[in-house]
Amino acid sequence: MLTLIFLTFVLAFAILLLKDFVQTKFVALISLLPFSIFVYFLIYLTKIKDGVTSLVYTSDWVPSLGISLDFKFDGLSVLFGLLISGIGTLVYLYAISYLRGHPLLHRFLCYLTLFMGAMLGVVTSDNLITLFVFWELTSISSFFLIGFNNEEEESRKSAMWAFSITGFGGFFLLSFAIIVGSITGTYSISELLSQSDLLKESPYYILLISFLFIAAFTKSAQFPFHFWLPGAMKAPTPVSAYLHSATMVKAGVFLIARFTPILGGEVYWNNTLLLVGGATMVFGAFHSVFRKDMKGILAYSTISALGVLMFLLGIGTKTAMYAVAVFIVAHALYKATFFLVTGIVDHALHSRDISTIRGLRHQFPILSIVVMVAALSCAGIPFTFGFIGKELIYETGLLLTNQVYAYVLTGALLFTNVFLTASGFLIGIKPFFGSFDKLKRIYHRPDLYLLVPTIVLSLLTIVFGVFPLFIYNELILSTFSALYGAVVELPLKIWHGINTSLLLSGCSIVLGTVVYVIFSKWNNSLAVMDRFNQLSPKVIISFFVEKFRQFAYRYTFMFHSSYLRSYLAVIIVFFIGLVGYKLFSDVPLRVNTTGLSAFRVYELVVFLIAVIAVIFAINTSSRLSAIAATGVVGYCICLIFVFYGAPDLGMTQFAIDTLTTVLFVLVLFKLPPFLRFSDRKLQIRDAIISISFGTLIAIITLQALVSPADKDISRFYADNAYVLAKGKNVVNVILVDFRGFDTLIETIVLSIAAMGVFSMLKYKDDEELEK
Amino acid sequence: MELLLVFLVGILYSAGIYLILRRSMVKLLLGFMMLGNGANILIFLMGELSKGKAPIIDGEESQFTDVYADPVPQALILTAIVISFGLTAFAIILLKKVHATTGTDDLDSLNVQDLDI
Amino acid sequence: MMKSSRNRKRKLDATILRTATNYLLPLLLMFSLFVLLRGHYLSGGGFVGGLIASIAFVLHSFAYNTKRTLRLFSIPPLMLIPIGLVISFVSSFLPVLLGESFLTGVWFADSVAVIGSVGTALFFDIGVYLVVIGVVLTILFTISETVQ
Repeated sequence: MLTLIFLTFVLAFAILLLKDFVQTKFVALISLLPFSIFVYFLIYLTKIKDGVTSLVYTSDWVPSLGISLDFKFDGLSVLFGLLISGIGTLVYLYAISYLRGHPLLHRFLCYLTLFMGAMLGVVTSDNLITLFVFWELTSISSFFLIGFNNEEEESRKSAMWAFSITGFGGFFLLSFAIIVGSITGTYSISELLSQSDLLKESPYYILLISFLFIAAFTKSAQFPFHFWLPGAMKAPTPVSAYLHSATMVKAGVFLIARFTPILGGEVYWNNTLLLVGGATMVFGAFHSVFRKDMKGILAYSTISALGVLMFLLGIGTKTAMYAVAVFIVAHALYKATFFLVTGIVDHALHSRDISTIRGLRHQFPILSIVVMVAALSCAGIPFTFGFIGKELIYETGLLLTNQVYAYVLTGALLFTNVFLTASGFLIGIKPFFGSFDKLKRIYHRPDLYLLVPTIVLSLLTIVFGVFPLFIYNELILSTFSALYGAVVELPLKIWHGINTSLLLSGCSIVLGTVVYVIFSKWNNSLAVMDRFNQLSPKVIISFFVEKFRQFAYRYTFMFHSSYLRSYLAVIIVFFIGLVGYKLFSDVPLRVNTTGLSAFRVYELVVFLIAVIAVIFAINTSSRLSAIAATGVVGYCICLIFVFYGAPDLGMTQFAIDTLTTVLFVLVLFKLPPFLRFSDRKLQIRDAIISISFGTLIAIITLQALVSPADKDISRFYADNAYVLAKGKNVVNVILVDFRGFDTLIETIVLSIAAMGVFSMLKYKDDEELEK
Repeated sequence: MELLLVFLVGILYSAGIYLILRRSMVKLLLGFMMLGNGANILIFLMGELSKGKAPIIDGEESQFTDVYADPVPQALILTAIVISFGLTAFAIILLKKVHATTGTDDLDSLNVQDLDI
Repeated sequence: MMKSSRNRKRKLDATILRTATNYLLPLLLMFSLFVLLRGHYLSGGGFVGGLIASIAFVLHSFAYNTKRTLRLFSIPPLMLIPIGLVISFVSSFLPVLLGESFLTGVWFADSVAVIGSVGTALFFDIGVYLVVIGVVLTILFTISETVQ
């Protein structure tokens, strides 16, 4: 699997080089890649036939951190793998025709292939960190796909929204992975299965599942993070069909499904999923019928379907898991068809507005049959796969032991299905019936590349609907066992006899038709929704984003005032606060003067001269006197060095002090006296800051002085100066021998300073010469 | 004597900080030099003062026989003094260059806000 | 009247300074060499030696002018920097040729008066000495040239 994903990525970038090739008709060969992956997964399907076994392949990546490239094949990953590669094959074929002649087709195919590789990685990863990496890769590649028409501002904005929302979730996925890793000591998902109790009893359980939920809900566009998905419809239609109905948005569902056997079954887990999934499915379904743009309807009905999946995972019973497995397939089949058909309509009429499009049946007879099948599957008419899914969904609701729960949840499901049915009809029936508007121009007639994928999908819908056992034995059963953690046979039936779920199915179809009729006549329905736009999460989040930007602006303005002294003042005050706090709270202050030597008179005199010079340097209004005073301070220090056994220092300080003063005078003697810039208040403030800083340093020095110091290093140098280095002046021996390397570098630093000065001044001369 | 030097360290640091908080670039530089001097004395103090005994091995001996001043802080300070000369020299020239360009040593004349960029 | 007396005084000052410098320059240079060479045994060394030598030249340039001082050099002081660096570096590398690691001290067997054992450390110090002179003089002379 690693090789496969790796090859996919390599191929993705290789496509970039094949710019001319992708414009030829042989480009259809590229769809062999997803197709061979599809076959590859089919082979695995037979290997995990009984549904219990899962195959794990391991290869190390960062073994020291427990990160490895593990890939696991069980029912769930094979189901998703088949969806990704199968629908992928169709989408590739479709996209080649849809974007034929587009100058950036090679880029598009590159992004699409990258996305496919990343998505396969997500569904097969058996290591949390690897999962996270692929997860982020899907976000990144989908960013490029959504923003593919990057000349349009809307496109770019939508891509940015999708990326920020899913990236935000990705961050939580990483946090989740790290917490799980630190609790259990492993990142391997297979190993986590046996550590389920440890995680559930952990005090961080709530935190864990909240992080996981945020990751899954953002990716799967659950309320209130749903709004990026309708925006993402700016992408070319094949992308919407692929990423935003069949695969990527289901990654969140996949994530929850993957962790259901590990973390699921707890009250918080189930209730959160029920609440969020339920809100999303009702919200999405209700919203979808108000839209007039076909892609808008599909976006909201997809959100609703994802909500249904989350909701079912929240119910968590045996039937629910079956319903999840079936509904994922059923939804992928009919929703992909809808999207692809929408793309064909858009391509043909350059419009997706269902209020104006009518009677396409006369123009595209095959297409109208195909889309009809999808609409029926969506509505749950018998002999389509959607019917089986819908039956199972209702059964899930009805089988709940708690009566109140059963009524409420089934009611919510019924409501959702009514509106989903209606929205399916709005897409699948409304544009195709009635009389065709002769004034409309047909720009493009669909070719085989566009038609075949839709036909294949519809055929599968019917095949699976009529012969469910065809798919049941391998796929659904093994998916179920991966979700539920055990094998329980529950054969899929086309006909259950007349029971409550069938009644509910019928009910939803009838009511759905009623809703459809109402909304197909109501041309102005979108305006109703627009009124609530002010309260939509998108507006609210945008508001916070804007406020945060303003805050950041003000913050920057406050701290980056561009006055050097205010930067310094902030740093110094912070330092005083931090170090002062630590010093007074943690260090026992003691003043022990017993070990200190007394001073003599001449030492006191030197000290006083230094102090007077310092004060004079601060107060004088003449630059020259300030410089001279600083020089005096230097000479006093030089004397102190000489008094206390440091003749080398004394000499050096003397020489340096002289040279610095000379340099200063050379440069500055022409400058006017100091201007009085600061006012009295500022001076007092600065005086307080600086005096407290000085006091702090003095106290630290005093403390350090009375603390016993380790003299090992000094002793080593002193003892070995002559023995090892044949020198008697230890200071010089340290400089040129023991630490010679430091000195070498020091001379290099000095040379750089000299060259800096030289070039700075000479450069100026050249400039002046030019003048 | 240590106490006096501790005071001197405190005073030099205070003066240095006060000067670098001024608007004049010359004062900034002077403050910088004072901070350097203060730091040097601080390091010097850490090596236990010993009166008049340079860390130099006497005549024919090959090891110290008497007390001696700690050589490590001295080596550190020596390096610091020389390096700070390089730095100060460079800064002074920079100051001269700024003065030649702007005609003042007012730091505020160099203002460029991050938000302006 | 006032002006002419001040000028005369300045001239007199210059004369005194120049006469003194003529003697001081060689003396100070010799002293700096002395400080450099004895650095390993008594207080002194490359840094201090270099600084004293630079001060000698600065004094000379004060007494006369920078151009006159520069004439004392057969190469520009800037060139002293690479020369010094090369000497330091070569002396650090010498032990490598003898099979020791970088910067290991290597000495001649016999000691010399004042200097003590002659070894790589001494040459290293000489390199430092030259670099310091080069750096200080480059900085100061470039400035005084541009100031004038």
